[in-house]
Amino acid sequence: MPAVQSLLTASDFPGGSKLPHPDATRIRLPLFGHKVQAGFPSPADDYVEAWLDLNEHLVEHKEATFFVQAAGDSMTGAGIQEGNLLVVDRALEAKHGDIVIAEVDGELTVKRLEKRRGKIRLVAENPAYAPIELKDGQELRVWGVVTSVIQRFKR
Amino acid sequence: MGRRHQRHPTLQAMTFALVDGNNFYVSCERVFNPKLEDRPVVVLSNNDGCVVARSAEVKALGVPMGEPWFKLKDLARKHGILAYSSNYTLYADMSNRMMQVLGSYSPQQEIYSIDECFLGFDGFPNADLYTIGQRIRLQVKQWVGLPVCVGFGATKTLTKLANHCAKKGLAGADGVCDFGRMSVTELDTLFARIGVGEVWGVGRRLTERLAGMNIATVRDLRIADTRMIRDTFSVMLERTVMELRGISCLELEELAPAKKQIMSSRTFGAYIYTLPELEEAVSSYMARAAEKLRRQCSVAGAVQVYIRTNPFNESHPQYQRGVTVPLTQTTSDTVRLTRAALWGLKRLFKPGFAYQKAGVMLMDIGPAEQTQGVLFQTASPEHPALMQVMDRANAKWGRGTLRLAAEGMAKPWQMKRDRVSPAYTTRWEDLPRVN
Repeated sequence: MPAVQSLLTASDFPGGSKLPHPDATRIRLPLFGHKVQAGFPSPADDYVEAWLDLNEHLVEHKEATFFVQAAGDSMTGAGIQEGNLLVVDRALEAKHGDIVIAEVDGELTVKRLEKRRGKIRLVAENPAYAPIELKDGQELRVWGVVTSVIQRFKR
Repeated sequence: MGRRHQRHPTLQAMTFALVDGNNFYVSCERVFNPKLEDRPVVVLSNNDGCVVARSAEVKALGVPMGEPWFKLKDLARKHGILAYSSNYTLYADMSNRMMQVLGSYSPQQEIYSIDECFLGFDGFPNADLYTIGQRIRLQVKQWVGLPVCVGFGATKTLTKLANHCAKKGLAGADGVCDFGRMSVTELDTLFARIGVGEVWGVGRRLTERLAGMNIATVRDLRIADTRMIRDTFSVMLERTVMELRGISCLELEELAPAKKQIMSSRTFGAYIYTLPELEEAVSSYMARAAEKLRRQCSVAGAVQVYIRTNPFNESHPQYQRGVTVPLTQTTSDTVRLTRAALWGLKRLFKPGFAYQKAGVMLMDIGPAEQTQGVLFQTASPEHPALMQVMDRANAKWGRGTLRLAAEGMAKPWQMKRDRVSPAYTTRWEDLPRVN
């Protein structure tokens, strides 16, 4: 189909158009032999609901939610194992008893937050680790509140 | 506080806010690496060339924006300046989060750049904007971890200036500046202290020319004769003067989010001389562009490809050219788009030049469902399933995991990014690790 092809290659190309246009293919015209199926709608169509979405279940504040990976064994008592995925919501205000990501000496760490009688501690859920006590004047910097832990089983 | 500007609902139709991230790229790095807090940090441009973001500590050392990194090495060693390559994946994700949070403050939002957006507050005649500004600062800091400054004004130009004042602490040191709360005399005093070069749209050239006419401060420009400004300079600058006086000439541009053009281009890490290498680069850029196209569920009707030498290298012969290749049928198929781009490239390429940059642009973009069939064409086969697998694999295992052979394997043209931080928020294996 030379006529169509010269149309396609157009004249925007200063180098002329000796190469065939990239879209040009040999054409076979289809034979419309098959019939159109009118079909019946499925009786279940009216009962279809949306898929369940884990994001919806696990993420309350999309913009403020970050995923981090747990390392070490300091929180095994809270069910957090090495390599687990933690869902962290920065929109939440950290309360006593929350598992939080906090900044300690320039590192991010996951611990349970304890606020009692004006004293603030970051407590590991493993007796092998001593709690981190905040000294007077030292500011607690909570990075976010852990809302879920996701553990995938090896198989 | 004296007389106040009245926020009369009919006279002053709109109040604008401009929210701008402080040292945005540096702040993004700091969110995931708290060690960088209070330390001098810079982020470098593509190919680790120049400084594109500076922390306050670096600014205090007198390092200008755009300074080439190699010139900084001594200073960096002396002061322990930490340098990062641009991690645009991270910055874009953090920007999206910030913009989403900001969008909840007003239905009228203009995202002006990766780190700043305008908000319109026309339905808030009695709202205490200053308090809203403080709330914005707190929320963005807590939710996304980024420090921002907020400026309020009756026009976009004034709002930009208010943001500058907030950032520099020229009108209160708490990161929010509302010109609407200041009296005429207060504003006048403030504007007399700010150089005219800080005004939106007034660049270095213009600043010099204005200085020659004794217009040195914002105050000078604000009271300049508009007719003279228009005749000597331009209608644009006249409009700026009007805006400085509180007469709004620029509207919010809440553009449709789906892009009408998608670009993907890079400067090479080293010069390229041969067609096969250029083909690899172009194929790779097209793969990125096509992925973006599919993500917004669009198809393209034409492909533009261009190549150029380094225009600043005046001793070398120069060459620069681009072509547009129309497609017979709109598509989002990487295979077809790449074929079109390479076809165009073949006609552009001239040997004997040191090529520095190549790029592709997808044009004539529309929604995927409106793909028009072509009479007498079985069309080049589309590969929707393959494209889906490719996009998923690349999202999961990193860009370029699955690619067309046309992209090549070694990629000698790829840019240098030796100091790039992990894609903390967009790749599973790059997630921050916490003990």
